[in-house]
Amino acid sequence: MSILLQQLANGVVQGGLIALIALGYTMVYGIIQLINFAHGEIFMVGAYGSLATYTWLLPQGIKDSWVLSLPLMLLGGVVVAVVIALIMERFAYRPLRNAPRLAPLITALGISVALQEAVRTFYPDATSALRFPRVFAEGNLALGPISVPWSGVLIIVVSIVLSVLLQVYINRSRMGRAMRATAQDPDTAKLMGVNPDRVIVLTFVLGAALAGVAGLLYGSYITNVNIDMGFQTGIFAFTAAVLGGVGSIRGAVIGAFIIGLVKTIGGQYMPGGTQYDYVWIFVVLILVLVFRPQGLFGEPERVRA
Amino acid sequence: MSPLLEVRNLSVAYGAIEAVRDISFTVEAGQIVSLIGSNGAGKTTTLRTISGLLRPASGEILLEGEPIHAQPAHAILGAGVAHSPEGRRLFPRMTVEENLQLGAYVRKDDGVEKDMQRVYDLFPVLGERRHNKAGLFSGGEQQMLAMGRAMMSKPRLLMLDEPSMGLSPIMTQLIFDTIKELKEQGTTILLVEQNALAALALSDQAYVIDLGRTTLQGPGHELLADQRVRDAYLGES
Ligand SMILES: Nc1ncnc2c1ncn2[C@@H]1O[C@H](COP(=O)(O)OP(=O)(O)O)[C@@H](O)[C@H]1O
Ligand SMILES: [Mg+2]
Repeated sequence: MSILLQQLANGVVQGGLIALIALGYTMVYGIIQLINFAHGEIFMVGAYGSLATYTWLLPQGIKDSWVLSLPLMLLGGVVVAVVIALIMERFAYRPLRNAPRLAPLITALGISVALQEAVRTFYPDATSALRFPRVFAEGNLALGPISVPWSGVLIIVVSIVLSVLLQVYINRSRMGRAMRATAQDPDTAKLMGVNPDRVIVLTFVLGAALAGVAGLLYGSYITNVNIDMGFQTGIFAFTAAVLGGVGSIRGAVIGAFIIGLVKTIGGQYMPGGTQYDYVWIFVVLILVLVFRPQGLFGEPERVRA
Repeated sequence: MSPLLEVRNLSVAYGAIEAVRDISFTVEAGQIVSLIGSNGAGKTTTLRTISGLLRPASGEILLEGEPIHAQPAHAILGAGVAHSPEGRRLFPRMTVEENLQLGAYVRKDDGVEKDMQRVYDLFPVLGERRHNKAGLFSGGEQQMLAMGRAMMSKPRLLMLDEPSMGLSPIMTQLIFDTIKELKEQGTTILLVEQNALAALALSDQAYVIDLGRTTLQGPGHELLADQRVRDAYLGES
C-alpha cells in the first residue's frame, strides 16, 4: 500500500514535468497544426541554459544560496529556450508556412537532431550526463508513508500554477482571444485585424518559456542533465498532448498527469519493470485513440470552410 | 477627391481557374454599392481579394487613392475595411461578447464598451445572450452577430457577403433594414447579394457580375427596371 502511494506521488511529479512540456506541443499544434518534434529539445537546451548560467555566470556567493541562484538560473534557461524557439520559428517554420504539411514535420525532426548534436559538440563535456546543482531546499516532504523531495514538490506546484495562469491568459486576455480565434478560423481572425505572425510567435514564446522552466525543474529533481532528456521526455509530453486532445490546454495537463501515473504505476507493478514503463503509456494512448480518436478533451473535427 | 474604394481591372485566379476577370468598380463614401450575380460569378472572390485574403493576378485596389492590394489582411482591416464573410464565419466556441471584442481587436480607444452596447441596442437578442456561445445560435442570430462584429471595428467601408443567405423573409427584412440604418449613420457599404431585388432596391450603385466580368452597371433603381436584369436575376421570364 505504501509503495502504491509512493508511486502515485512520483507519478504526479513526473506528470507535472511532462505537463509543462506538453503545453508547448498542444499550443503550437492548435495554432499552426504542426507537431513540433523539436519542442523536446527546447526543453533540453533550457536545462543546459540554466546549467550554463550557474557554471559560468553566477559568482560563488550567489551559487551558495539557492534562493538567489534559482531565479537567475531560471531566467537563463528560459531566455535560451525562447531565443532558440524564436530562431527556429523565424528561419525554419515560417518559410514553410504554406508548404505541404510533411515539410515542416520533417524539418522539426531535423531541428531536433541538430539541436542535440549542437549541444553535444559545443557544450563542454556534454558527451556524457552532467551533474546539475541543487537549486532548491534539500530533503523531503514526508506525508505519512510518502516522501517527496522538495524539488518534486516544486514541480507539482509550479506546473499547476503555470497551467492555470496560461489557461486564464488564453481565456481572458486580448492576445489570448487572438490565439483562440486563429486556432478556430485563421482567415476570419485575419479579417478581425489579427496579425497571424504575432500570434504564432507568441505561441512559440509561451511554449518555449514553459519548456525552459521544465528544464530547470528537471535538472534539480533528477540532479543531472543529458542530451537525450528532451527526446525521452518530449515523447511522453507529445503523447500526453495527443491523449488529452491536441490543441486543448486542459487536455494536455490532464493527459500529462495520466501519463506520469501510468509510467510509475506500470513501472512498479507490470512485467518488465521501469525498463518497459513506456509500453503501458502507449497501451493507454492506443486505447484512448481507438475509443476517442480526438483525445480526451479534443474537438471532434476542426470546422473549416 | 478619390473615391473611398476603387477596384481597377481586377483579375483573380485559383491556380489555372480565373474566377475574376478584369472587374472594375468604385464605391463612393456614404453609398451602398452592390455586386449581384449568380452563384460562382466571382463576388466572394472579389471581396476576399479586397480584404487581403487573396492576391490579385493583375489589377489594382485603391483605398482613397492608396493601393492596398499588396497589404496583409490585418493591415487592410486596420486601414478601415471590414469584411463580414460569406457563411458568417463566427467563432463558434466563443461567446457573443468575445466575438464582438474580436471585431474591435485593433481598436485602442475607450469607446469599445459603448459600441458594444450599440450593437446590443440594435439587436437586443444579442444582448440577452451575450455570454452564450455563438455556435449555438440560429442563422438569423448568427447573421446579426456577424454584422455587429464587423461594425465593432468602426470601419469606413463595410463589406457584407450574402448577409441574407439562408434567412427567413422576416429576418432578411431585418437585415436589410439594418443595412439601410447603417448607411444613414454614415457607413459606406459594399454589399454582395443573390437576393438581387432587395439589394438593388437600396443600392445607390450596382454592378452585375457574370462569369467573373461586370456585365451591367448603374444606379440600383435603374437596374431594377432593366429587362435584362429582371430576366436573369429577378426570377421573371
Ligand atoms: N478556393 C477555391 N479554389 C478554386 N476555385 C474556387 C475557389 N473558390 C471559388 N472558386 C471558383 O471561383 C469561381 C467564383 O467563385 P465565388 O467567388 O465564390 O463566386 P460567388 O461568390 O459569386 O458565388 C467559381 O467558379 C468557384 O468555383
Ligand atoms: Mg459567394
